[in-house]
Amino acid sequence: MSKAVLQKLQATFGAAILETHSQFGDDTAVVEPSHWLAIATFLRDDPACAFEMMSDLCGVDRLDVTPRFEVVIHLNSLSKGHRIRLKTRVGDEDGEGAQVASLVGLWKTANWLEREAFDMFGITFQTHPDLRRILMYPEFVGYPLRKDYPAEKTQPLVAYRTEEEAGVPLDKQAPFGPHEGMSFARNDFTKRAEDAN
Amino acid sequence: MESLDLELDEGHLELPAEPMRLMMGPSHPAMHGTVRCIVDLSGETILKVDVQIGYLHRGFEKMCERGTWAQVFPYVDRLNYVSPMLNNVGYALAVEKMCGIVVPDRCQWYRMVLGELARISDHLTCDGAMAMELGAFTPYLWLIKAREMIWDVLEEETGARLTHSFGRIGGMAKPPTAQFKSLVRHSVSSVLRIVDESEKMLLKNRIFIDRLENVGLISAADAISLAWTGPILRATGVAYDIRKTQPYLKYDEVDFDVPVGTKGDTLDRFLVRLAEIRQSARIIEQCLVRMADEGPVNVDDPRVMLPEKESVYGTIEGTIQHFKLIMEGAKVPKGEVYSYTEAGNGELGFYLVSDGSGTPARVRIRPPAFTNTSGLSQLLEGRMISDIVPIFGSINMIGGECDH
Repeated sequence: MSKAVLQKLQATFGAAILETHSQFGDDTAVVEPSHWLAIATFLRDDPACAFEMMSDLCGVDRLDVTPRFEVVIHLNSLSKGHRIRLKTRVGDEDGEGAQVASLVGLWKTANWLEREAFDMFGITFQTHPDLRRILMYPEFVGYPLRKDYPAEKTQPLVAYRTEEEAGVPLDKQAPFGPHEGMSFARNDFTKRAEDAN
Repeated sequence: MESLDLELDEGHLELPAEPMRLMMGPSHPAMHGTVRCIVDLSGETILKVDVQIGYLHRGFEKMCERGTWAQVFPYVDRLNYVSPMLNNVGYALAVEKMCGIVVPDRCQWYRMVLGELARISDHLTCDGAMAMELGAFTPYLWLIKAREMIWDVLEEETGARLTHSFGRIGGMAKPPTAQFKSLVRHSVSSVLRIVDESEKMLLKNRIFIDRLENVGLISAADAISLAWTGPILRATGVAYDIRKTQPYLKYDEVDFDVPVGTKGDTLDRFLVRLAEIRQSARIIEQCLVRMADEGPVNVDDPRVMLPEKESVYGTIEGTIQHFKLIMEGAKVPKGEVYSYTEAGNGELGFYLVSDGSGTPARVRIRPPAFTNTSGLSQLLEGRMISDIVPIFGSINMIGGECDH
């Protein structure tokens, strides 16, 4: 369906396109990580490609293969009615150095999707404006979708934040304390026990 | 009577001049229990909003890598728990695309009917909840009553109201029951009647319209850049429906329209969903006419289908086949596939990577709610705090699929 796009990519970028295939009818191009942004920009802006929508971005861990991670995006052209899968491979066997350019400037949806890939695999997207965890909490250690992260592993409970970390006086936060005179305040169990005695 | 002397010295009152930070959610009823909005307010105007998700994260993609391909079905039920049948069908189609299986015609029609019923229940829930959150409780109860009628049909067919786990690689768990067609016809006509009544009740209500109209506007270009799909993209005027543009199952053989909005505001999103309920009813009627009463539902392929129980208990071949399918799982050819269907809220994609064994190497869900919710902050900024409720409701964030 979009074989023409693959041929055009190969003609334009040559050696930066590492391999292509069309397994199960899905046209796929694997590209050099250094050309990631340039190729994505080309696919969006070239009138014959016109991929206005990035449907999906995700990571794949191929443990024991170097480069270890694949960053996979699925592009969709509403006007041309074709799709393409673009992949790049990053990271050494320990998952270090997994870096690729961010696509937030091209498609707004890349913002959350790249945050998710960072959260789950530890892939860093350079120049991403707001790269923090999205599904897990900030204190989470490790990257859960990596193959060497055990599925049954548990993480310690997170301690309460101190006032410095929270940046607000914590005793002033709802639910209100018993001394603040609110009808919906926390129950004062010590007082209740004393009253009962 | 003496005046009250409160000893207020108002001359020294200092009004805060910096933005107020409001934590909205996750346990706020308008946030549907799973999203937290950190809102910076100037007065009642939203300056900046940070939408935080993940409160319903269940490590679903990780869990899929531990079982067989068929054991993913119960997980996809819990993605979008308002229309689980669409997820079942979507995942089954993805694996079948890898295995090169095409299910029999009767099954395709059956899947379409069940899927459209699920879509109706999804839209009923979203529109009903939106009305309820704006204070219109009666239409909510009516629409939920209508959804209950749909779920009665699905319960009759699958045995479960909510988490059906009814899809199978190469077919469905059970063939349609004998009274399936009459049940569906009866429920759908009742549902349409209730939808008509609720629509009259809501769309002649000035307060309801005022809360929705010109609220949460978004342009088509922005919606596409945010990878919005489904009703909320169509509300901006883009007639993109995967059932029309890249038809799967038998959608190219049925006649239906793609309702679109004009402005891309919250009212459009509400109306597009209402219109889609009627289109789904049209599709269901055509499917029921075309669906055969007899014939196979499951594909006759021993690689993926469990043998008949008689054969399992009566023959050694059947026992071995059953054992291997359960213990090792159906073998899926090595490779990768991206299969997408039109779910209740947009494009539901499955990116599957197989290493040729009975266990998936990677199951990536592309949930429509995740990308849809990522556009929320853009809609909210600059609006008033009371607009959070209708805008958030119209996005129809489903926690299960948004948080994986």
